[in-house]
Amino acid sequence: MSTHTFTLNGERVSVEVEDDVRLLWVLRDVLGVTGPKYGCGINVCKACTSHVNGKAFNPCATPVSALSESDEVTTIEGLADGDDLHPMQQAWIDKDVAQCGYCQPGQIMAAVALVRRCKEEGRKIDDAALDEIRNICRCGTYNRIREAIKAGADAM
Amino acid sequence: MSAPTRARTPRSDVSRRRFLGYLVAAPTLVVAAELGRQQLFAPPGASAAAIPSPPQVADVYDLLDAIRDSSRPTANLVRVEVNRDGTVSFALPRSDNGQGIVTSTAMIIAEEMDLDPSQVIVTLADSRPELVFNQLTGGSSTTFSTYTPIRVAAALAKGRLLDAAAHLLGQDVDTLTSRAGLITGAGGSAIPFGELTEAAASDVTREVQVALKPREDFQVIGTSRTKSDARAIVTGKKEFIADLKVPDALPTLICRGPNLNSAPLGVANADEVRAMPGVTDVVVVSTGVAVRARTYGQAVDAVNALRVRWDAGTIEGEDDESILAKVRAAELPLAVPSVPGETVEGEFAFYFRSSSALETNTAIADVRDGKATIWTSLKIPITVQYDIAEQLGLPVNAVTIHIIQGGGSFGRRLFGDAAKEAAEISQKIGKPVKLIWSRADDSRQGRVHPLATSRIRAVVAGESVVSFEQRHTSVACDFGHGFGDAVTAAAAKAPLGQVGVAEAIWELTQNTPYDFGVQTRTLSEVDMRFNTGSMRNVYSPDVGTARDLIVDRIAAKMGKDSYEFRREFLRNDAMRAVLDKVAEEGNWGRSMKDGTAQGLGFHVEYKSFAACLVEIDCRPETVGREIREARTGPRVTKVVFASDSGLVINPLGYKAQIMGGINDAIAMTLTSGLHLTDGHFVEASWDNYFYTRQWNTPPEMDIFIVDNERPEPGGVGELAVAPTCGAIACAYARATGTVPEYFPIMHKDPLPFEPYPTVPPIPPSPTNGLELAR
Repeated sequence: MSTHTFTLNGERVSVEVEDDVRLLWVLRDVLGVTGPKYGCGINVCKACTSHVNGKAFNPCATPVSALSESDEVTTIEGLADGDDLHPMQQAWIDKDVAQCGYCQPGQIMAAVALVRRCKEEGRKIDDAALDEIRNICRCGTYNRIREAIKAGADAM
Repeated sequence: MSAPTRARTPRSDVSRRRFLGYLVAAPTLVVAAELGRQQLFAPPGASAAAIPSPPQVADVYDLLDAIRDSSRPTANLVRVEVNRDGTVSFALPRSDNGQGIVTSTAMIIAEEMDLDPSQVIVTLADSRPELVFNQLTGGSSTTFSTYTPIRVAAALAKGRLLDAAAHLLGQDVDTLTSRAGLITGAGGSAIPFGELTEAAASDVTREVQVALKPREDFQVIGTSRTKSDARAIVTGKKEFIADLKVPDALPTLICRGPNLNSAPLGVANADEVRAMPGVTDVVVVSTGVAVRARTYGQAVDAVNALRVRWDAGTIEGEDDESILAKVRAAELPLAVPSVPGETVEGEFAFYFRSSSALETNTAIADVRDGKATIWTSLKIPITVQYDIAEQLGLPVNAVTIHIIQGGGSFGRRLFGDAAKEAAEISQKIGKPVKLIWSRADDSRQGRVHPLATSRIRAVVAGESVVSFEQRHTSVACDFGHGFGDAVTAAAAKAPLGQVGVAEAIWELTQNTPYDFGVQTRTLSEVDMRFNTGSMRNVYSPDVGTARDLIVDRIAAKMGKDSYEFRREFLRNDAMRAVLDKVAEEGNWGRSMKDGTAQGLGFHVEYKSFAACLVEIDCRPETVGREIREARTGPRVTKVVFASDSGLVINPLGYKAQIMGGINDAIAMTLTSGLHLTDGHFVEASWDNYFYTRQWNTPPEMDIFIVDNERPEPGGVGELAVAPTCGAIACAYARATGTVPEYFPIMHKDPLPFEPYPTVPPIPPSPTNGLELAR
């Protein structure tokens, strides 16, 4: 076992765990941060989507040893500013997106990164951009997700 | 989406008949109502076909005397409690896996007590054996079966609080008003519920009669309300089973065999695996080899390192076509002979589909010191409680099952597959475990919607359909979960019982909404040792698809438009109202480009009527869209849906259920089949099993509620699947000129992925997550 240090939701954390353990299990089973969900473990369902240095990534596909001390990891728990929700979270509530809610932390984190990326690339949040999202929702809330992303993007 | 619309029908008479409730002896106000047989099984004016109910209910109920343990007069009740802080509590004996019934139940109580729904705390009740078959979430029955009992209890509570306030204020009760938990008298003096609850309490338990609030006074029911846990969900705070921090319940996983239901014969390297990093336990159990570890990832690594000898499983050597041939061989003959020139017939095959939810089968179990505590998501917990007690050799009352909100169900939470395994593992190793099925196992070994065929023959004479026969033949659907009581569960497990229960479900759910003369609908099932279960909408998606395709062909034979034909043959005006709504809103019959078309579907179930109009795009440039490891294919570009389910509690939650059903139907009809090869299912990932994704979902979706002012709520949880399946199939046939003969339509297209091996059983986690950050 070795010590791994990185920034998690604005706080510096150090964990003792084997190098090859994927970050998803470090978050969930060692640190007790359970917003990112297990849905497949092979970077397909995207239920664990979080941010590293502001970009969307999947902790299930990231060995903890791949992180360096300067890396900033943000999970759904770190997206809001205290009690002030991120505009995308607020849009999710306003559009009543969730059903069971299991995939939604990953959906929101993917949506925020998609909007940032589109803005940087000068693209609109149109049907083509929304069709790029791979996050699965087995409750079939896709159409409300699309509405919420457009509303959240306008407020970001 | 738009506001509810009203059909022009005179409103039903809302009687002020009185209902029976109970005051319960307690220090604070506790009231109760019977979660009753009459509401669930024999509502006044219920149609025999609309609600799936247990067979021969009266007989079954009488038999239950033998196992009845409800000695207390109020044991069979649901209770509403008024707390000292002014909130109202209610433990719902149902399972919420995303349907929104926690939210709608709070609305029902708030309505009757003049509260804001946020003042009502609804939790999910633990398994309560004394409720017998009243703890069942399924058949889209929750709101229908709980609506009246919950209102009775809430109305009784409000009445007692008003009486107590009148006494304290020295005023006549008729002069008081109640709003948001505050009772106000003449002159403005006000008392909150919390200060009245002790005065309103009863020191004896007794029956009381109460009248319910008339519908014209409703302020909460029928208004849109966002989900009560929406904020918890979007901040990551909502806890699912695997998120619970039960001390020492370490992540646990089962190594399963290469074929469906392979059983372990021996492990070559258990000690070696036990010494791997993080691993605490390795133990052989009935369904495989269990591994418990500090982290789930280490359990995955250990499972993949195990060398296990397996038996051949329950379907060695079988594949899609061999099973289909066996089902076809079991088809019953049609009764009416085929008449040349007068007969419209068709036979359709439906391959296996997965009911896997996004949260895999998961349960926490702590079996030590002669008792078992389970945390899981279950729709019929009582049966599982009995099964686990028997399996562990414990009395039933030594088994506690805490019901946790699930991450989707679609039929999976009817069964306690993970709970039973977790209990077995925990008992064997003497430690708490958090069993989480791997995605690959959930897809390959988890329960499925059974492969089936549906054959229809209709005889047409001039302007009439004189007979309509449907023969549905299916791999057996497992109803072994029973209906929440030991008797029906035992009956379903008996050799002939399975047939009886399946037949009864069939009879109680299947219903042709058209006047088609002599009609027969039969179900025959063939048991082939698959792990099956009632996936959302059970038989109806397949039955409805076959029916809508044949209805279109009958219409064509008569030279009639698909909409006009359905309209003419539907049995009543309430059905026509929803069909008319989609035709009007969806601009039925508009001119469409070649390769694109509209289609209609219609279905009646759960005391609800539903119509769907879709537009599909089957042009080569759409079908050929390339997205890595994905099924693209024909795209449903627009869905217009209308339904009448009687009284709708929460239109927002109602429409969410419809949307989910539509997206299910797109997958069922076009993309999401399990492929059976050489004794196992191929699909091990969401990039293998093609449930609807963003690139499949319709860019345009309009959902309308048609309100005929029926006083009771019908069912909606499964309602949208069948009519949308039918509409898509019909639209596809029209766009391509080919009537599909099997479903999903893309089932035999080349697989856009390389199948994962079955040994080792779990695809390893990638390591390139940071490189893919974007």
